[in-house]
Amino acid sequence: MNSQNRKRLRGLSVHAVLMLCVVISVFPFYWIIVMATNTSQDIYRYPPKLWFGDNLLTNIQHLFDKMDFFGSLFNTVIVAVCTTLLVLFFDSLAAFAFAKYDFPAKKFLFGLLLAMYILPTQLAIIPQYEIMIQLGWLGTLQALIVPAAANAFGIFWMRQYTITGVPDELLDAARIDGSGFFRQYWHVVLPCVRPALAFLGIYTFIAAWNDYILPLVMLVNPDELTLQVALAQLYAGHSTDYSMVMAGVLLAVIPLVLVFTFFARGFIADATKGALR
Amino acid sequence: MSSSPVAGPAPTGPSSGPATGSAGQPAPDRPRGPGRPGRRIRPVSSRARHRPRRGIARYWPQFLAVSPYYLIFSVFMLFPMLYTVYLAFQKWDGIGEMEFVGLQQFRFLWDDPVFWLSLRNTLVIWVLSTVPMLFLALVMAVLINSTRRFTAFYRVALFIPSITSLVAIAIFFGAIFSNNFGLINAILQSLNLSAVPWLSNEWTIKLVIAALMTWQWTGYNAIIYLAGLQAIPSELYEAAKMDGAGPVRIFFGITIPLLRPIILFTVVISTVTGLQSFTEPQVLFGSDASTNPNSGGPGQAGLTTLLYFYHQAFDNNDFGYAAAIVWAFFLLILLIVIINWRLVQRKERRP
Repeated sequence: MNSQNRKRLRGLSVHAVLMLCVVISVFPFYWIIVMATNTSQDIYRYPPKLWFGDNLLTNIQHLFDKMDFFGSLFNTVIVAVCTTLLVLFFDSLAAFAFAKYDFPAKKFLFGLLLAMYILPTQLAIIPQYEIMIQLGWLGTLQALIVPAAANAFGIFWMRQYTITGVPDELLDAARIDGSGFFRQYWHVVLPCVRPALAFLGIYTFIAAWNDYILPLVMLVNPDELTLQVALAQLYAGHSTDYSMVMAGVLLAVIPLVLVFTFFARGFIADATKGALR
Repeated sequence: MSSSPVAGPAPTGPSSGPATGSAGQPAPDRPRGPGRPGRRIRPVSSRARHRPRRGIARYWPQFLAVSPYYLIFSVFMLFPMLYTVYLAFQKWDGIGEMEFVGLQQFRFLWDDPVFWLSLRNTLVIWVLSTVPMLFLALVMAVLINSTRRFTAFYRVALFIPSITSLVAIAIFFGAIFSNNFGLINAILQSLNLSAVPWLSNEWTIKLVIAALMTWQWTGYNAIIYLAGLQAIPSELYEAAKMDGAGPVRIFFGITIPLLRPIILFTVVISTVTGLQSFTEPQVLFGSDASTNPNSGGPGQAGLTTLLYFYHQAFDNNDFGYAAAIVWAFFLLILLIVIINWRLVQRKERRP
């Protein structure tokens, strides 16, 4: 009985510690909402207000005066959606070739892929900038979308899944029916690899949504920004008007986090799988 | 164990480490190669024009399939990276003529006190964030692994920081650590402690940036460790208990050694990402009107090497010098990763 009590106590303290970690993890979201729903005066006051206020709409109004929120949102959505679709298509197609076919230079090409995985993109960013000037793409969204469409991790990830997730019997059957490579891809591979595509899609979308350094360099036109760059500039220009800036943070960040929690369980399982490979 | 994220075989080596991967063994896992001539079964049609093509042309669908990646990669990554090497030996402002200057940029780099300051800042911030991050992550993973309740909830709640926008988090940290009205100073004040000028002091600036990185990545690493812990067979623990090993001995004798590949992975990843901190100081001190927005705050205490690189390239348009900085820095990262790797590998050889 005594040892059972002790065991229960130990269990409780484990949960207490973990709950503390959870509180620290999600506290910023709570505090962002507190700041975004109060006035800046309320936040500056001592002691500060610790609970939600009713000033959110005013703050959002100020925000819309200072920042082209919907323009930036639109740009961000375009970049994230286009990048994601391109990555899903290119990477699943290349992964099919790598997973199920032999072709000359395959080992070399795949090795190159893995080597490129570790090279930081900053090594390329100055010439990238010059190339975008030459192409006339500087300041446009394709300057962000096209380079991001080459995603080595995605090919690696899709290949792993395609090897086991696409049965050879199905491919053979399709071949007997006279399907070539691309027909097999479309009718056999794509339906089979949907779970892996889901993870890669969410991953790419979030990464594109949150990207900062490339848009910072490429989007030279102050009227055409993504949300991250626009938010950073808003903060740089109005760092004392917290409640207005936080309203922007709230609108730009919280929806993505909420959507993420919806897919989170499967995504996290896949993310650890990807890491442990 | 039913919710174990490790569905496949247990991780066996540092394969997730960047370069080793499974590069060596892509071929064996495809048993039937349709590309091979003679194995094609064509019961329906034997028309001559359907005969397999000869030579390299036979593989056109595969080459076409992998070509988008390699095309984009060559134009926007490989060529620029090599061009950056070339630039490091030039003097160029991005508009005028290039001028070959030999090793002068690197000599200047060697004598540039700001470059060394930025390196020191980067390394200090990296150590201040990575050490507590990985330690706390391991503790959290062991705790979650010791219980069966709420594990799915913990995993989601602890993972969320890692998918949150870094810009948003930097703004949030800037707000709560604000010198005058921040939440942290309000708490200190309510405890009758004096306020700390967090974003003006050389060390507290680094602490705030490190705290930000720790907040963002501890949960992610914990979940990676948790997956590793769940892959350790429970028989091992039972056998050790039979032999009379205590929990501490079990932890250091079984858990840590079996987790080593995963620890190596997290160390490498947090080295590569931690040394590349850029957004944190750039956003935090972007509003510092008294100096250049990319200077890294008061005393340049938050000036990381990548921020310095950005500053040289896109504020000063000194592209040649910036190229020298970024290549020198990349070689340094590579060196640190190799040292890390060697350290962990050597320990592995011990019985």
